[in-house]
Amino acid sequence: MSLPDPTETFRQEARELLDQLESGLLDLERNPSNADLINSTFRALHTIKGSGAMFGFTEVASFVHEFETTFDRVRKGLSPATPDLIAIALDAKDHVHTLIETPQAAGSEGESILQRLRALVSGKATPAVMAEPAPEAVAPTATPPATGKRWRLRFTLPKDALLYGTNPLLLLEEIRAIGPCEITVLTDRIPPLDDLDPETTYLAWQVDLTADDPAAAIDDVFLFLRDGMDLSLVPLTEESTVAEPANVADPLPASADSVADVSPPMAKRRGKAEAQQLTGVAEKSTSSSLRVPAERLDELMDRVGELVIAQARLTQIAAQSSDGNLKTIAEELERLSSGLRDTTMGIRMVPIGTLFSRFRRLVHDLSRDLDKQIEFVTTGEETELDKTMIEKLADPLVHLIRNSVDHGLEPAASRVAAGKPPTGTVRLSAVYAGAEVAISVAADGAGLDAARIRAKAEENGIIAHDAKLTDQELYQLIFAPGFSTAKEITALSGRGVGMDVVKRTIDGLRGTIDLRTKPGEGTTLTLRLPLTLAIIDGMLVRVGDGRYTIPLAAVEECVELPAEAISTSRGRNFLDIRGALVPFVRLRDIFNTPSEPDQYQKVVIVSSGDGRVGLVVDQIIGNNQTVIKQLSKLHTQLKAFSGATILGDGTVALILDTVHLVGMGQAYEDKFKAETTGRAA
Amino acid sequence: MSKTILTIDDSASVRQMIVLTLSGAGHNVIEAGNGADGYSKAVGQPVDAILTDLNMPVMNGIEFIKKYRQHPMSKGVPIIFLTTESDDALKAEAKAAGATGWIVKPFKQDQLVAVIKKVTGA
Repeated sequence: MSLPDPTETFRQEARELLDQLESGLLDLERNPSNADLINSTFRALHTIKGSGAMFGFTEVASFVHEFETTFDRVRKGLSPATPDLIAIALDAKDHVHTLIETPQAAGSEGESILQRLRALVSGKATPAVMAEPAPEAVAPTATPPATGKRWRLRFTLPKDALLYGTNPLLLLEEIRAIGPCEITVLTDRIPPLDDLDPETTYLAWQVDLTADDPAAAIDDVFLFLRDGMDLSLVPLTEESTVAEPANVADPLPASADSVADVSPPMAKRRGKAEAQQLTGVAEKSTSSSLRVPAERLDELMDRVGELVIAQARLTQIAAQSSDGNLKTIAEELERLSSGLRDTTMGIRMVPIGTLFSRFRRLVHDLSRDLDKQIEFVTTGEETELDKTMIEKLADPLVHLIRNSVDHGLEPAASRVAAGKPPTGTVRLSAVYAGAEVAISVAADGAGLDAARIRAKAEENGIIAHDAKLTDQELYQLIFAPGFSTAKEITALSGRGVGMDVVKRTIDGLRGTIDLRTKPGEGTTLTLRLPLTLAIIDGMLVRVGDGRYTIPLAAVEECVELPAEAISTSRGRNFLDIRGALVPFVRLRDIFNTPSEPDQYQKVVIVSSGDGRVGLVVDQIIGNNQTVIKQLSKLHTQLKAFSGATILGDGTVALILDTVHLVGMGQAYEDKFKAETTGRAA
Repeated sequence: MSKTILTIDDSASVRQMIVLTLSGAGHNVIEAGNGADGYSKAVGQPVDAILTDLNMPVMNGIEFIKKYRQHPMSKGVPIIFLTTESDDALKAEAKAAGATGWIVKPFKQDQLVAVIKKVTGA
C-alpha cells in the first residue's frame, strides 16, 4: 500500500487545527477566562508550530512561535485574553492559512501582525518579557583538556534507570563504539540479598578508553541521563592505571551479558513478548481512523451503484424464475448490497458542524463591520450530510447568513425602539426530517417588507405594475434573478451573487428553500436537502408504456383514483384524502401519453415541504433501489424530471422531480382558491 | 532486530512521519492519538519503546508517562518524549514522571532512527 505524502497530511491537519483555533478564539472572546479554551488554543498553536517545523514550514513555525509564547502567558494567568489579542490572533490565523496553502501569495503581512502583537504585549502592565526558552545546553560538566589519549570514565546510573527504560548494555555498546576500551563493573553498592530491590540499579562502571577527545561523544551517550547521574572523565596517567580501586570486581569481557541478570523483570517481560509473538496472538497494529482521498470514495460509491443495479437485475430474474435456490441467493444479495450501500453512504457522511464553525468567523466579522451586536447560535452540529453536499452548501449558507445579518437585523437603536433586545440573534440549525435534512437560518430582525419587495420587483421589471400577488408570492420574488432589495449595494451583501444563485444551487442538490417571515419578528429560511446525492429508494410506476421512479422518501401514500374523478378530466382536480383536499395531476396529460388509460388508475400522494400533490399513474410496480444518473445538458429544460436510473432489465426510467410536481399541484390549488374566493365575493 | 514502537501524538502528520521513518528502518509501529488511547495500547500488548508527544488533548504526555509507569508492563520500556523546545523544566518534569529520553522537534528522520537505536539497540 502506498502511503500518502505526509506534507499533504500536514496541510489537511493544519486546516483542521486552524478551524479549531478560530472557533477556540471566538469562544474565548466571549469567555476569556475559560481555562479549557485557553489550553486548547495553546495546544492548537503548539501543534501547528511543531508539525510546521517538521514538514519544512519554517516560516509558519517561527511566526506561530510568538503567538504561542503569548498564549502561554495567558495560560499561566500572566496576561488576560483581551479582545484586541484575539483580533490579532484571528488575523494571524488567516496569515498562517495563507502561509500553508499559498506561501507565494503571503506578503509581509506576518511582520505587521507580529508588530501589532508586540505592541499589544509591551503595552501591558506586566512587562513583556518573552518567555524565550533557553537554548539547549548540554555543556559537559567534566571536560578536561585533551592532554592524553587514554581516559578513565566512571559512572553510576540513576537508581530508577533500569525501571525507566535505560538499558546499560546499550550505553556500554555506545561507549565501545567511541574507541578501544576496557570496561569494569563496580559492584560495591550492591546491598545484601535481603535488601536488594531487583528493579534498582546498584552497579557503577569504570571504563578505560582510548580516544582523542571523547568528552562530546560521551555526552552524547549519556544525553538523557546527565542530570541524575554521577559521571567523571579524567585523563589517565601511568599511576592511575596502576592504582586499581579495591572495590573493583573482575574486568568484564567485551560482551557484558551478565549485567542483564540484575534486571529480572525486564527479562521476564521480554520472554513474555516473545512467547506472544510465537503463538501469534500479538495484537496487530491498528489506528482508529484513516484518511482516504475523496475521489476514492466517489469511485466506491459508483461501484456500489453498479452493484445495486446488477442486483436489481438478478432480483427481477429470480422473481420470474421458479428456482428456489436462485430466489434465496437473490434475496441474500439484496440484503448484502443494501447493507453495503448504507455503509458506503455512511462513510461519506460528515457532521455539518465542520461547516457551521466556519460561519462563526463570518458573523464575528459582520458584527464588527456593520457595527451590529449579534449573537450567533448553532444547533444540530452533529447532523450528518453527504460530504459533497456539505461542500456545496458552504457558499449558499454564507450568502443566507450574510443577508440575514445585513438586511435582516436592524441596528441596535431601532431594535431597542421596537422593544427588542439590542443584540440580534442569528440561529443556524440542522435537524433530520425523514430522509432529508432541514437547515435553517433564522434572524430575529425586522422581517421581509412586502411593499418594498414589490416596489423593487416592479422597478426591475420582474413583475408587472398591476400584477396581483399575495405576500407569500412577493416574498418568493427575492429568489428571482436580478432582484436585490438593498437600497444601496453594501460591500457585504452586494457581491454579485443573488438569492437566485442560492436557489439554483439548492435546486441542483435536489433541495428546497422555504421562507417564513413575520414583520417585526424576523425571517427564517429553511433549506431541505436529501441526505445523499447518489442512491435513493424509489417507487417504480408505469404511465402508459413508460416507467418512472418517484423518490420513496417523498411518497406519503397510494390510493386508487375514485371513479367520479376519472370522469371529470377537466375541472376540479382534487381528491378528498380523509377530509383534506389534495390537488392531483395526471401524468398521462403532462407526458402526452397516447395509449388508453388503465381501468383502475392509482394516485401516489407525494409531499415536499408543506405541500402535497397526487400523481395519477396507471400502475404501481413496486419499490427499488435507484442509482441516480444525471440527465444530459440536452434535457435540463425538462423540469418534471430530476434524473434517470437504469432498471434491472437494462431499460431507463426517468426520476420524477417531486418538488416541481408539488409546485404544479400548489399552482392548481392557488388557482382554485382564487376562483372560489372570487366567486364568493 | 525489528522492534515494536508505540507512537502517541495528536498530530496525524507527525505520526505518519514517524511511521514512515521507523517502518522504513524495519520497525513495527503502533499509533495512538492521545495519552489515554496510548495507555490502553501500551498495556494491551508488549512494546519495545514508546514515543510520545507531551502536549495532547484528553491525556497529555506527562499524565500518560505517570500512569503508564504505574503499570507492571512498563518496566524497562524506554519512553521518548517529543518536545518543541528544549524547556529544561518540562524535561525535568517528564524525566521525573519516568521518561527515558527526548527528541526536540523539529527532528530529522535519521535523528529519530538514531534515538530509537540508542534506547532499543535496534
